[in-house]
Amino acid sequence: MARLTPHARAARPRPRWWRAAVLTGAAVYFLVPLAASVVFTVDVPGSGLTLDAYGRITTAEGFGDSLLLSLELAAATIALVLLLTVPALVALRLGAPRLRPVVEIVCSLPLVVPPIAFVAGIGTVLGWGPEHFASTPFFQTFVALQDPDFPLVLVLAYTVMALPFVHRALDSGLRAIDVRTLVEAARSCGAGWPQALFRVVLPNLRGALLNASFLTLALVLGEFTVAQLLGFRPFAVWIVGVSGSQAQVSVAVSVLSLLLTWALLLAVVSAGGRGAAPRPTPSPRS
Amino acid sequence: MSAATPPAPARPRRDRGRLAVVPLLAFVALSFGVPALAMLHGAFTARDPVSGATSFTTANVTESLSGHYLDALLGSVRLSATAAVLAALLGLPLAQAVVTSRSRALRESVLTASGVLANFGGVPLAFAFVATLGNSGVLTRHLSLDDAGWSLYSFWGLTLTYLYFLVPLMVLTLTPALEGLRVEWREAARNNGATTVQYWRHVALPVLAPSLLGGLVLLFGSAFAAYATARAMVGSSIPLVTLQIADALSGNVLIGRENVALALSLDMVAVAGLVMAVYLPLQRRSARWLA
Repeated sequence: MARLTPHARAARPRPRWWRAAVLTGAAVYFLVPLAASVVFTVDVPGSGLTLDAYGRITTAEGFGDSLLLSLELAAATIALVLLLTVPALVALRLGAPRLRPVVEIVCSLPLVVPPIAFVAGIGTVLGWGPEHFASTPFFQTFVALQDPDFPLVLVLAYTVMALPFVHRALDSGLRAIDVRTLVEAARSCGAGWPQALFRVVLPNLRGALLNASFLTLALVLGEFTVAQLLGFRPFAVWIVGVSGSQAQVSVAVSVLSLLLTWALLLAVVSAGGRGAAPRPTPSPRS
Repeated sequence: MSAATPPAPARPRRDRGRLAVVPLLAFVALSFGVPALAMLHGAFTARDPVSGATSFTTANVTESLSGHYLDALLGSVRLSATAAVLAALLGLPLAQAVVTSRSRALRESVLTASGVLANFGGVPLAFAFVATLGNSGVLTRHLSLDDAGWSLYSFWGLTLTYLYFLVPLMVLTLTPALEGLRVEWREAARNNGATTVQYWRHVALPVLAPSLLGGLVLLFGSAFAAYATARAMVGSSIPLVTLQIADALSGNVLIGRENVALALSLDMVAVAGLVMAVYLPLQRRSARWLA
C-alpha cells in the first residue's frame, strides 16, 4: 500500500479549478458582509468618509453600563459554571463511573430547550414571586434575582445554557489525560487533595478550561433572547436599542464585537495549543 | 500532610465522587428543571380572568397548533430546513476543498475562521447583513438591488443570513469525517475501474452519510432556535415561531397570551427533542468510522 500511494498521487490528474472556485466563492460570501459593514460605517451618504461612528460609540448613552453589565455577567457565569462542573467531572473520572452517563444527559438537557422556550419558563417562575410568595420572606429572593444592577437570574440562565458546551469541552479535555494516575502520583508524593487538584489536574486541563471559558464568554456577550424578554439591558440588547436612532453606530459596534471575538479566539488557540480550538458545537443561537 | 492522608480506601473516595456531583445536579434541577416544569404546567392550564382560578386544559396546545401560530411553526420549519440543506450543499465542497488542500496555512485559517463564524450569530450578524444588503445597505445602494426586487427582509434574505453561521458549522462538523476518508479507499476504487462519480456515489458518501445527516440535523436545530438575528433584522414581518413566542410573552399584540406562548414553547421543545433524538445516534455512528 505504501508503495502504491505515490504512484496513484502522481498519476491522478488534479482538478484544481473546482477548489479555486469553491474557495473564491466562500471568500466572497464571508468577506463581503464584513467589508461592506466597515464601508457602511465610514462612508456616510452626504458627509463623505468619516470615522465619526466609531467616535460616537463611547459617548452613546448606555454604552459603558451595558458593556460593563455584560462583562460582569460573563465573569460570574464562567466562575459559576466552572465551579459546578470541574469538581463534578474530575470526581467522576476518579470514581463513580456509573454516574457519568447520568451527568452527561443532565448537562445535555438544555440543548433540547431553545433559549426562547427556556425564558418563557423562567418568566413564569419569576411571576410566582409576587403572586404566591409576596407575604413570605422568600419574596426577597425573587427581588434579589431580578436586581436590574446585577440580575442574578441571568447568571443562572446563562450557566444552564453554557452547561452542554462546557461539559463537552471539559469532558474531552479529561479524556485526554489520565486523571487517576496523575492524582495518585501527586498524592503519593504527599500532596493534599486541593494541591493535587490545583497544581496537577487543572494545569493539565488548561486547554479545555480556556476553551470552556471562551465558549461561555462568547455566549454571554452575544446573548439577546433571555435578557431582552426578561427586560434587562446588557450589551446585545443595547445594540438593538441604539440601531433605531443611530444605524451607523450599531453596525460599528457589531464590527468591533466580531474583531473582539476573533482576537479572543486567537488568544485561546495560541495559549492552549492546537487542542483548544473550538469543537463543532451546536451553539445556542440567541 | 502526608501522615494525615493515608491512602484513601475505595469507598470514601466513591462517596466523595458522588458528593462533588450533588451541587451540579441540584443546580440543574433548580435552575433548569423548575422553569421547564413551569412551562409544561403553564402550557396545560388556563386561568379564568374573572375568578382567577386555574384549570387544566388542552386549549393552549390546540391553539398553538392552529391558525397563524401553526403558520409560524411551519414557517420556522421551512426556513430551518431550507437553510440547513443549502448549508450542507455548500459546506461539503468547501470542507472537501479545505481538507484536500496541501497548504497547511489555508486549512488552519479556514478552520479557525469557521470556529469564530459558527459562533457569530445573533445581533451583530443581523446588523452586518443590514449594512450590506438592507434597504440602505452598501451593496443595495451601489448595485441598485432594490430595483431588481431584492429585499433582505424576506424568507430568502433570512436564509442567506443564516447561512453565514450554518456553513461554518457544517464545515466544522464535516472536516473530521472527510479527514477519515482514507486515500486507500479511493485507490482501491480506482484500481477496480471506478470513476470519480462512482467513488463518491458508492464509497465516500455512504461513509460520510451519518456525519452529513447528523450535521444537517444539528444545523436545523440551530436555525430553528434562532431568535435574535430574526428579531433584529425582520422584526415580526416573517412568521417564525420564536417571534410569535416573544410577541405573546411581551403582550405585543394581545395581552394574556402567556399560556399560548408556553404551549408554543412546548411545541418547540418537542421539535428540538426530536432533532436531538435523531442527532445523537447519528453522531455515535459517525464516530465509529473515524476511530
